[in-house]
Amino acid sequence: MTFLSDKALERLRSSEADFPGARYKLCEFIARGGMGVVYAAEDVKLPRRVALKILDTPDANGELASRLMREARILAQLEHPGIVPVHDVGVLPGGRVFYTMKFVEGLRLDRYIMQLDSLPQRLRLFLRVCDAVAFAHARGVVHRDLKPANIMVGSFGEVLVMDWGLAKILREHSLSRDETLITYGQKADVESDSTQSTVVTGHGTVMGTPGYMSPEQARGETEQIDVRSDIFSLGALLKFIAVGGAQGKSAALPRPLLAICAKATAESPIARYTRVPELAADLSLYLDGLPVSAYAENFLERFSRFYKRHEIAILLIAAYLIMRALVLLFFHR
Amino acid sequence: MTAAGESFPLTRISILAAARSQDGAERARALDILFGAYWKPVYKYIRLKFSQSPQDAQDLTQGFFAELLERELLSRFDPSKSRLRTYLRLCADSFALNEIKAASRRKRGGDFAHVALDFSAAEEELRTQAIDPASIPSPQSLEDFFEKEWIRSLFSAAVEELRAVCEAREKQKAFKLFEAYDLTDEEDISYADLAARFSLPLTEVNNQLAWARREFRRIALERLRSLCDSEEEFAREAKALFGVSTQ
Repeated sequence: MTFLSDKALERLRSSEADFPGARYKLCEFIARGGMGVVYAAEDVKLPRRVALKILDTPDANGELASRLMREARILAQLEHPGIVPVHDVGVLPGGRVFYTMKFVEGLRLDRYIMQLDSLPQRLRLFLRVCDAVAFAHARGVVHRDLKPANIMVGSFGEVLVMDWGLAKILREHSLSRDETLITYGQKADVESDSTQSTVVTGHGTVMGTPGYMSPEQARGETEQIDVRSDIFSLGALLKFIAVGGAQGKSAALPRPLLAICAKATAESPIARYTRVPELAADLSLYLDGLPVSAYAENFLERFSRFYKRHEIAILLIAAYLIMRALVLLFFHR
Repeated sequence: MTAAGESFPLTRISILAAARSQDGAERARALDILFGAYWKPVYKYIRLKFSQSPQDAQDLTQGFFAELLERELLSRFDPSKSRLRTYLRLCADSFALNEIKAASRRKRGGDFAHVALDFSAAEEELRTQAIDPASIPSPQSLEDFFEKEWIRSLFSAAVEELRAVCEAREKQKAFKLFEAYDLTDEEDISYADLAARFSLPLTEVNNQLAWARREFRRIALERLRSLCDSEEEFAREAKALFGVSTQ
């Protein structure tokens, strides 16, 4: 009898859903997430490729279905070039929840980053992640699982923040509550965000990714989680991006940049940047060769930065002064 | 044991009712199905939970199924209280514990002629899985392990039946594609890779795989239904297994 590995078992359990007479035709498996599996699919009605995320984890009490549905609703409200747009959401005749979103052709950040040799180029890419996250924060949504694997860089260089499955809604009013769901065969149960800070936590389980998860998130203190938890993840992401994905190379980074990472990833939320634009502004200052708020530099460092920033002008002035001195010296002899 | 690929008896009578039936042939067939689905999970579970040597675990497994028959333990099972799977695991637990305590290693299974248990295959699977018993220390982990082994046993049988169905319908190509895409450990394999490897158009790969998956799911669900005591239990199990509703 054929021995089935754990991987094969998981694949068979999630074996691709049929969409009888429906508008999506599954093309191929793309990835598996915490609760769902993502396929490339063909939208038959509007001939185009889409990414289809479908719940494939046993879900006796419907909690995961609510979460997937909620993720789709959050995405639908976050219209931003840096956030993957959702197209459709529904329920299969068999009861499984799915949603479709833009099919992004490109690379995950952890793979893409290795292609970028220049540090400023990598940091500018990070600033675009900050833009998308700041937008979500402005709409009252905290991502809670920011990490390289959840960022895609499209083939035209577009940066997209993916996988909002763990997102937390901080302000209920920011998301509209009366969306109509297009379902296939049956009505879906949609979680109503009627309370503040609504979040499905799976019986208080800690959700997130070690290394990118803030300490308060790792401790399961869901009430304490706010935008500063994402700032922690962004700090960890910044370090990853700055070293080009090479683990353990952070010591070689310039001190102001390390200080920015350290401030963003401070143990206490109070010690972190309070908003993503502050973090982005500090990083932009660093990129422009200006002093950053996270680092108090000494005189030598200030001079060195000043020199780097105005290198040509300083050299020209120095050359002019030396010439002048030489001329004066020559005529005084 | 139901031979690989042999047509699965599709009865709407519950497996437990059949196992308790007065009709000897019906009873034997039901027990055959039951033991076929559960012996491997029970064997691996005993091996890991009680750290038994292969020989001792074999004796205990044979002994457990013999006891199941002799003491008619199945007739005491109450579906409203637990799942059959949980009941069997708990019975195996208490049997193995008693046997080990009494250090009674007498050979069992003399009258146990229903299932030819291929322990060497089970042992080989454990080696392939490279399980470190220390890595599953908690009762919950062992429960999960038993659950997973039960699913593995069910799916392995379904895969074998699918292979036989494909052969009978001359759809070996579909099975080969299914094997290459769904049963492999290979990462990042795409439909385009399969199309190139099997010299097929992409659309055919798509269609053949969709068919094979549907068949696999149908077979697995039929096997699952025959192992359940009621339609309600089947609905619950199917939802837990595939996340689908059968209502």
